[in-house]
Amino acid sequence: MALVAFTANLERHLSCPVQTVPGDTVRAVLDGVFATQPRLRSYILDDQDRVRRHVAIYVNGDRIADRDRLRDPVTDADEVFVFQALSGG
Amino acid sequence: MSDRLLVGTKKGLFELRRARDAWSIANTRFLGDPISMLLHDPRDGALYAAEALGHFGVKLQRSRDGGESWQEIPAPAFPKAGTDGPSVSYLFCLETGGADQPGWLWCGTIPGALFLSQDHGESWTLNQALWDLPQRKDWMGGGFDDAGVASICIDPRQRDHMTIGVSTGGVWVSDDGGTSWRGSADGMYADYYPPERRHDPEVQDVHRLVQCPTAPDTFWVQHHNGVFRSTDAARSWQEVTTIRPAKFGFAVAVHPHDPDTAWFVPGVKDECRVPVDARLVVSRTRDGARSFDVLTEGLPQSHAYDLVYRHALDVDGTGTRLAMGSTTGHLWLSENGGDAWTLVAGHLPPISCVRFG
Repeated sequence: MALVAFTANLERHLSCPVQTVPGDTVRAVLDGVFATQPRLRSYILDDQDRVRRHVAIYVNGDRIADRDRLRDPVTDADEVFVFQALSGG
Repeated sequence: MSDRLLVGTKKGLFELRRARDAWSIANTRFLGDPISMLLHDPRDGALYAAEALGHFGVKLQRSRDGGESWQEIPAPAFPKAGTDGPSVSYLFCLETGGADQPGWLWCGTIPGALFLSQDHGESWTLNQALWDLPQRKDWMGGGFDDAGVASICIDPRQRDHMTIGVSTGGVWVSDDGGTSWRGSADGMYADYYPPERRHDPEVQDVHRLVQCPTAPDTFWVQHHNGVFRSTDAARSWQEVTTIRPAKFGFAVAVHPHDPDTAWFVPGVKDECRVPVDARLVVSRTRDGARSFDVLTEGLPQSHAYDLVYRHALDVDGTGTRLAMGSTTGHLWLSENGGDAWTLVAGHLPPISCVRFG
């Protein structure tokens, strides 16, 4: 099961603790998270389930390549990090 | 009179209360979060606050206890259409349905679409008829990346008669509660367009559209290209050429009981967008645009660079109390129809909308 961690900035809006989730792609892992925290989906993904423009997802140290379908592979040894890209004022 | 004012800013929601003849900030909510729109539903007392979180998308909050506590509810979202499909980026306007439709809410968004909730915002449905209009391909962004539905007017006499303003995309009318739509911008023109297209209804940049609630055949529009008025339920529009000191602006408010009285906040068109001569003024007509008063009392008359966005001017149900918020975080109230203004707060974040209720 992959370990998934979210930016602490999300805690202002809803609870999303570090957790371990099964799945062999980023999509499958996130769907596992959303199953227990449905409200989180719209914070990470847009209406078409793409990664929001100002959200970044890394698997270990690598930014995912497929921001539309989230098909980047994940193994049980991997760590998935979801955080916000720097923007705003 | 309304003694509560909700102020939406780039950094949160501020609730002001009037007590002992003075306004003050009573509550601050969602500090740090951009607020794009606010609504008080007089049918059940609920409050709604639309957020545009920079990283995490649009959100919608509802309070059923007068603003003491808030609950996140689903925000309008487009149906699944694949990876090339649309996604709501901004909740631009929010209005209640008819008086006999409790829980009905209409929301205009960017990209330009209309959503309906029939259950107090618990779920939303895209108005497919508007989204499928062939003319929508000529809508475009005005200040944002995409076009937006900035104004929704529900006819108090017949709630299935709806009139919406799109920036940029014209005025659209439905007689059947949104089942079908027709362009209704006859008389408007956009002089920055190629000559052969400048009168086309779908290219008109309707910054803000308002309808007099007690004389619903009268509409006022602050258009990118000037001010327009209709007295025949938006079937035809007449340009208002008497407004001073400029015809450009974003906001307009209409008196709730007198269709001939309306307020505007002119600015220098159009890339500059600051008050004329750096003097902030409100322009008011009380005779159906035959003439305008330029109101200055209480407003800064030197080195003022305040811009008042399209939803940042409001009038209460009496027509004598007005509120106005600016991009520089200044908030003014008037208790006499705009004759004089009082600065209530001067260091707020940039103000996107103000709403009594």
